[in-house]
Amino acid sequence: MGFEGIGASVRRKEDSRFLNGRGNYTDDINRPGQLHAYVKRSDRPHAKLNGIDILAASKAPGVVAIFTGADMAKEEIGGLPCGWQIHNKDGSPMAEPPHPVMAVGKVRHVGDPVAVVIAETKQQAKDAAELLEIDYTDLPAAANMTAALAAGAPTVHDDVAGNICYDWQIGDKDVVDGVFAKAHKVVRLDLTNNRLIPNAMEPRAAVGDYDVNSGEYTLYTTSQNPHVIRLLMSAFVLHLPENKVRVVAPDVGGGFGSKIYHYAEEAIVTWASAKVRRPVKWTAERTESFMSDAHGRDHISTAEMAIDAQGTFLGLRVSTQANMGAYLSTFAPCVPTYLYATLLAGTYKTPVIYCEVKAVFTNTVPVDAYRGAGRPEATFLIERLVDAVAYDTGIDRVEIRRRNFIPADAFPYQTPVALQYDSGDYQTTLRVALQNADWDGFEKRRADAKSRGKLRGIGISTYLEACGIAPSAVVGSLGARAGLYEVANIRVHPTGSVTVFTGTHSHGQGHETTLAQLVVEQLGVPMDQIEVVHGDTAKIPFGMGTYGSRSLAVGGSAMYRAMDKIIAKGKKIAAHLMEAAVEDIEFANNTFKVAGTDKTKSLTEISLAAYVPHNYPIEELEPGLEETAFYDPKNFTFPGGCHIAEVEIDPETGVVHVANFTAVDDVGRVVNPMIVEGQIQGGVAQGIGQALLEAAIYDDNGQLLSGSMMDYTMPRADNLPNFNVATENTMCTHNPLGSKGCGEVGAIGSPPAVINAICDALKDYKVRHMNMPATSGKIWTIINAGINAG
Amino acid sequence: MYDFAYQKPASLADAVKALGADGEAKALAGGMTYIPVLKQRLAKPSTIVDLSGLGLTGIKVEGGKVTIGAMTKHCVVAASAEVKAAIPALAALAGGIGDEAVRHRGTIGGSIANNDPAADYPSAALALGATIVTDRRSIAADDFFTGMFGTALEQGEIITAVEFPVPTKAAYEKFRNPASRYAIVGVFVAQTSGGPRVAVTGAGQGGVFRHSAMEAALAGNFSAAAIKGVKTSPDDLNGDIHASSEYRAHLVGVIAGRALAKAG
Repeated sequence: MGFEGIGASVRRKEDSRFLNGRGNYTDDINRPGQLHAYVKRSDRPHAKLNGIDILAASKAPGVVAIFTGADMAKEEIGGLPCGWQIHNKDGSPMAEPPHPVMAVGKVRHVGDPVAVVIAETKQQAKDAAELLEIDYTDLPAAANMTAALAAGAPTVHDDVAGNICYDWQIGDKDVVDGVFAKAHKVVRLDLTNNRLIPNAMEPRAAVGDYDVNSGEYTLYTTSQNPHVIRLLMSAFVLHLPENKVRVVAPDVGGGFGSKIYHYAEEAIVTWASAKVRRPVKWTAERTESFMSDAHGRDHISTAEMAIDAQGTFLGLRVSTQANMGAYLSTFAPCVPTYLYATLLAGTYKTPVIYCEVKAVFTNTVPVDAYRGAGRPEATFLIERLVDAVAYDTGIDRVEIRRRNFIPADAFPYQTPVALQYDSGDYQTTLRVALQNADWDGFEKRRADAKSRGKLRGIGISTYLEACGIAPSAVVGSLGARAGLYEVANIRVHPTGSVTVFTGTHSHGQGHETTLAQLVVEQLGVPMDQIEVVHGDTAKIPFGMGTYGSRSLAVGGSAMYRAMDKIIAKGKKIAAHLMEAAVEDIEFANNTFKVAGTDKTKSLTEISLAAYVPHNYPIEELEPGLEETAFYDPKNFTFPGGCHIAEVEIDPETGVVHVANFTAVDDVGRVVNPMIVEGQIQGGVAQGIGQALLEAAIYDDNGQLLSGSMMDYTMPRADNLPNFNVATENTMCTHNPLGSKGCGEVGAIGSPPAVINAICDALKDYKVRHMNMPATSGKIWTIINAGINAG
Repeated sequence: MYDFAYQKPASLADAVKALGADGEAKALAGGMTYIPVLKQRLAKPSTIVDLSGLGLTGIKVEGGKVTIGAMTKHCVVAASAEVKAAIPALAALAGGIGDEAVRHRGTIGGSIANNDPAADYPSAALALGATIVTDRRSIAADDFFTGMFGTALEQGEIITAVEFPVPTKAAYEKFRNPASRYAIVGVFVAQTSGGPRVAVTGAGQGGVFRHSAMEAALAGNFSAAAIKGVKTSPDDLNGDIHASSEYRAHLVGVIAGRALAKAG
């Protein structure tokens, strides 16, 4: 047994069961007497739902029950709630139209649930669903934001005029306009952030199991945050007492944000299992995932930077339209506001910033947070705009960044957009990335590529993001309807082994390993004597789950606090047993010691005494050795760094090959370097996917054209280079661990690096900007136009 | 998928009979296209007639001809020393179909009978001037492919083998759809006893087609240089979210040039 504490690349404990096919995913769970649900979905983008005739379907073999939105409405089942309220420029609250679990009166996007058929087998449920007679009157659709904002556009929600959910702003417009009026130069860029479909490897699934005897409901579901689902579903949708609801999120095969939200199917199977008095299971088919999992991104923006003659950033002005889809998903409103506009300072000391955001309803799948959530959109905008400044002024791309960086000695640094960064060193991450990428040797590689008939380019992104969401009071003041603390319970067993009950949830991140390493570090217990339990509201304390790279920074900090309590109590027990003063007890390496003596007691001896309190200070101290801590962070954490992409374009076909990718990230304290590297690689893969390949495309009528793997281009191994990943870390100053988070940096930093590299490769064609994805067809069109023009 | 009856006849005659007796019956070879179609409920056959019990496998090279049994899997063609020696382009094409799993199930007969507009094998059959042998006749490739998913096969007619004349030179190149990895444009070029032949898959609205302008240009000089400047009209080509018809038209030229360079 080697070193297993903080800094050790311990192999992931959970991988044995995953690699051996022994994972326990929601679809692996089968309850006695279980029925199967098939959700009938709208194939119309926008239509009046006049009625549903279920007669023929209900007589089909194996059918047990059919429910529609009308059935749920009769029982006053609530709509799916939105967890964040944004206010308009004038102070009024955003439009928050109802989001029925199943459609009532109208369908608003292809994939909108219309009815559920519950049968003995899934096949029977599906067969019967074809017999449902649904009477629609088609309505014209607002298939994208431009269409939805046009005069006379169809309204997605009858009472939301102009399809505007909110019209929000941050910053002082007059001040910023004043700076722009006097600026030496204004650089403007119009850009979009392409809509993405998350596509976690495991499709969503849910099993509802109502216990007639106890009146308890159990929901097994593919969730990143079981307690959040329990709260939302019991308090707002099904109106059940929380003590009668248990939510289990077992092994979950990837989330990327898409499994944060409370989805219709969770409420449907839970509610229906009580109606039919049998367990009900639903598992999405991949096609359903495309049309029912929340999508990501989808912004249209105009960005302007005011600069002086030296290229110093004087002010930033941004106007953004953000697609909400047809309904507000759980956290949708905060993504293009407090997770986006507050990040617009990036790594730069831009003194004044103004941003306005119009959130728009369209007849498309709801859009919500997806790996990075708002920060990739902000980063793409800033890092493309900075390159446009370099392009327009002729100042070198590296130099313009260096001139405008927040210096390493300026922390804590208050940005003009609310956030206060605690630490960072952008010059260092840039310098190391330039070295690791052999930036200086690039022109030689470009010349070599040219001799092979290829166009080679290099691009840089010096990004910043905010993780570890975040102080509950702060987010509450910004509209969050939830607390964002985290919780841990540490149970030291009588024989000294440990179980950690965490409120975070692992769906690929490796918490069972990383969190255990914190216990190795603090309590000196070996890895194989530590278990991490997560994902079951019947076992763990009320935690907020995993998203926004918060598990280590917030959840790990809660563990530290709980372990502090364990150590403090252990010292009292040790003091009693060794007849010393508590102040004289030291704890290190699993051992309590009377300072300056050779008297010691192991943690095991102390825990045994705590559970067998024969010789024990029972008057002052409770037995047992188990502590819980809730940790509410003081601030966000601020990972950042530098990504450098090097691409080679085949001018004959327009195909982009990513030749090299270098990442130097500052993620704070690294607990498991191997897992961090894996997280960064996975994030970069998704970022390259966004930059080159992925696009959710609706036609003008609102039909999803990229609705399957045949048409939606997920990145594959052959699209990706070997990554050159490193970290250069500064510590988070306000949490006990110093960790910042690493789950999203890859997806946030990489897309502009790739596009900047492509623009560089195409510099002879005067390409100043290109929207994502940079498909071969788009690049060929540019090259072809250049060739034809030239 | 919908319910259907399943038969696995042991003889060609029984298979022909089963398919001929029922207009809603459908033959199943490797199922790499048809099973996904069934799973998506896009087809509702009465009976599936599984051809995997008929034999119809194996590769034979004789008399200047490579004959491949219709139920021969792509992986077998790809790995065949005989095919690699006689028509290396054909082995390479088979080795580039779909992915490893598909190549271990999919068959040459199934691919040609389905005539998917983005499938690889139809271009080889057309460019090499293959003969499609069925339970009742032999059909020249030029007469076999009749449009997207369309073939000269009659209801119940079963392909038993495909005969490829060995060309002097041949090569296949494809430009893959980034999502599906099917051909957006695939071009098979061959120098045959009857002159140069160029077949294009993936691009045409009517499925695989011969590129007569390129064939004419190659008549005296079978090289990439010879087709430089030969235009492909986008008019009859597909356009979709991955590639416009103009882009496809351009790619036909590029990919044909690369195939010719590879053919040497």
